[in-house]
Amino acid sequence: MKDAAKSNALHFGVLATLLVLFFVLPPYHAGNLSRIMVLAIYAMGFNLVFGYTGLLSLGHAMFFAAGMYGFGLTANLAGWPVVPAFATGIVCAAALAAVVAALALRTAGVSFMIVTLMFAQTAYLVVLYFGEYTRGDEGFVVQKAARMIGEIDLTTDTARFFAAYILFAICFLGLARVIQSRFGRTLVAIRENEERTRMLGYDAQRHKLYAMILSGAVSGVAGAAYAMLFGYVGATFASVQYSIFPLLWVLLGGAGTTIGPLIGVLFMFYLIDFSSSFTNAYMLIAGVALVLLTLFAPHGLAGLVRRKVFAWLP
Amino acid sequence: MSNGKTQINRRTALKGLGAGTLAASGVLPGSLGFAQAQSSAPIKIGFQKHATGIGAAYGRWYDATTTAAVARINDMGGINGRPVEIVTEDDGTDPKRGAEVLEKFATQHNCDVAFGTLFSHVVIGSAPRAGELKLPYFVVSEGHHVASGMLNRYTLQPGITDVKSQVKSMAPFVGDNLGKKVTMIYPDFAFGHDHRDFFSEAIEAQGGEVVAKIAIPPTETSFTRYFPNIPRETEVVYHVMVGPGVLTFVKELGEFFGPSRPEIFGFIDSLEAVSINSPGLEFLEGTYFWEGNPRHAQANQTEFDKAYREAVGVDEMGASTADAKDVSTYAHMFGCWETLNIIKAGMESAHYQGPGDRAKLIEAVEAMTDMPESMDHPQGPKRFNGKTHQTFGVQYISKVENGKLVVQHTASIEDGMYEDEVDYTTQSF
Repeated sequence: MKDAAKSNALHFGVLATLLVLFFVLPPYHAGNLSRIMVLAIYAMGFNLVFGYTGLLSLGHAMFFAAGMYGFGLTANLAGWPVVPAFATGIVCAAALAAVVAALALRTAGVSFMIVTLMFAQTAYLVVLYFGEYTRGDEGFVVQKAARMIGEIDLTTDTARFFAAYILFAICFLGLARVIQSRFGRTLVAIRENEERTRMLGYDAQRHKLYAMILSGAVSGVAGAAYAMLFGYVGATFASVQYSIFPLLWVLLGGAGTTIGPLIGVLFMFYLIDFSSSFTNAYMLIAGVALVLLTLFAPHGLAGLVRRKVFAWLP
Repeated sequence: MSNGKTQINRRTALKGLGAGTLAASGVLPGSLGFAQAQSSAPIKIGFQKHATGIGAAYGRWYDATTTAAVARINDMGGINGRPVEIVTEDDGTDPKRGAEVLEKFATQHNCDVAFGTLFSHVVIGSAPRAGELKLPYFVVSEGHHVASGMLNRYTLQPGITDVKSQVKSMAPFVGDNLGKKVTMIYPDFAFGHDHRDFFSEAIEAQGGEVVAKIAIPPTETSFTRYFPNIPRETEVVYHVMVGPGVLTFVKELGEFFGPSRPEIFGFIDSLEAVSINSPGLEFLEGTYFWEGNPRHAQANQTEFDKAYREAVGVDEMGASTADAKDVSTYAHMFGCWETLNIIKAGMESAHYQGPGDRAKLIEAVEAMTDMPESMDHPQGPKRFNGKTHQTFGVQYISKVENGKLVVQHTASIEDGMYEDEVDYTTQSF
C-alpha cells in the first residue's frame, strides 16, 4: 500500500472509530466526544502554523474568540439563522488572522510569539471594552432558538455530536489534503529551512500569510462551533490561557502530524478529568506529563509513533 | 417534551438494547428491586466547586459550609429518609470546565441535582448544559443572570440575593446618611458595569446623582492616576474593586485623600477572605461596607447565626476556628447552607424519589415564597420569587469601627425588590 493510501485509511479509520465510539461509550464519555472534536479542530488550526509552518503563535485564542463572537453576536443580537451566523464567525476569524498576520509576520521567532501574544491580549481587552454587547467577562448564553438548523435541534446530544463530527471530518480531511498538496509541502519546506525555500523561488512570506489565514479560519470554526453547540460565549475563551492550550495539545499529541491534535486534546482532556478527581494540583500533573513527554517523546505521541513504527504517518 | 414525532436517538437505542439484553438474561429483577434501591440510595448533590482558579478562596469556604450543612441535614434524618451525599468536582473557576463538570454530575455520577457555583461566567457557561441535561442547577452566585431571564427553567438562585437587589437596597442609606453626590470606582468588566448601572438608577431614585464613573481596566496594578478624576464636589466614593489589586487600591486611595476624605462606601466582595485589619487597610477605618452577612459577630447576634458559625467552624471575627488568619467569605457562603436547606424542603414537598421527579422538585421550589429567619436561614428572612427563580432578602451595611465591622443598618427585603424581568414558569420542562 502506498503512503497516500495508508494516510487515507488512517484518516477514515479515525472517523469511523469516533462514530462507533459515540454509540458504544457510556453517556458521559460519548458526550465528551463532541467537545473533544471541537477542541481538536482548534488544535488542528494551530497545528497548521506551528507544526507544519514552524511559526509559534501565542495568540490563537483571538481567532477562536473571533469565531465565537462572530457567531454569537450575530445570532443573539441580530437574530441571524445558524448558517449565516456561523459563516460570519469564520469570516471574522479569517479577516482578523489576515490583519494580524500581515503585521506579525514582519517579525520572526521570539518576536513573533510576543507580537501575537500582544494582539491576543488586545483582542481580549476589546471584548471587555465592548461589554455592553459582549457582556465582557461574564459572557452570554446563545439561546436555543439560535441553535436550530431548520428542524434540527443542536441542543440534543445526537445532533450536537453529528454537527461536531461533520465539522471535525471536514477540517480533518481538508487539512490532511492541504498538507499533502504543493502548498502544504512548501509550508513544511519553510519550517525546515526558510532561506533555502526562498532561494528556490518560493514566496515564503505569502505562504506564511495564507497559512495564518487558513489557521485562523479553522480556529474560528472551532470557536463558532463551541458557541453553537454548547450555548455560551465568553471572554475567558479570548484569554491567554486559551492561547496556551492548543500549544499544549499539539505538543502532547505530536506537532506536524494530522492526528496529533486529536490525540493531544483527548489525552489532555482525560488527564485533567481523571487527575482532578483526586487532586487539585491537576495542572501540575499535566505539566509533569508534558515535561516527561518532552524528555522521552519530544515529537509528541504521534511523532513517537512516526519515528518508531509508522514512518509514513502524515 | 414530546413534539409528537417518534424520536430514536443514541440513548433510547442503547436503553432499548440494554434493557432487552438484561431482560433476556434474567438479570433485571423487576420494578420491586428498583424501588427498594431508590428508597435507600443516597440523594446525590453535585457540588461544582471553585477549588482552583480565581475563585479558590470562595470555593474552600463554600465547601466548608456545604459539608456542615449536609452533616446537619443528615443528622436530622436526611431528605425523605435518605442520606445526602455530596459529589464534589473542581470547575477551575472556568466556564468550559464548569459545563463539563455538570455533564459529569448528570451522566457519570448520576446526581439528582447540582449546586454551588459563585462566579457568574461559570454559571452562565454551565447553565445551558443544565437545561439540556434537565439537571436542576441551584447556583449561589449573586449574579443578576438568573433573574434577568438569560438562563432557563432548570437554573435557580433561591439561597442568595442578586447584585441588582443588593445595590438597589443600598441607595436609600447612602443617599440619606452619606451624601447625594457619588463618584463610583469600579472594575471595567461586567461585575463593575452591573454596579454602575444598577446603582446609578437607584441613587437617582433617591434624589442623588453619580457625579463621576471611573472604570478601572482589569489589568491595572496601580490606581493613583485615576484619583484626580474624582470631582471635588464628591460626597461619597462608592468602590467595588475586586481581585489582588484591592490592597494597593485602598492604600493609594488613603495616600491620595489623606486625613480629609469624603464618605466611603464599598462592597465587602473586595475584601472577602481578607482580614479588615491587614496592613495597608488602616484607611478603611470609619468607612462603610455592604455585607451579605455580617462577618464579625454583632452585639445582638441571633441564636441562628451563633449556631451556624459554630457548625461551619467560624469564630466571632469571621475567621476559621482552627486558624485565626484564615478569614472566611462570610458575606456569601451562607448561600450554600440556605440553598441546601431549600433543596431539602423542595424535595420533601415534591416527595422526590429520583431523577424522574426533577420537574416536580423545580415546581415545588417555584411554589416557595416567604422563608422566615431560622436555623435553615440564619442570614435572615427571604422571599423567593418563583417566576424569576431569584430570592430576595435583607442586606447589612456595616461601618469599620476600631477594626471591627459593626452593623449600622439592615435594609429590608422590600428595599431590594424590583420588577420581574422574566417568568420561567412559562417555559416547558
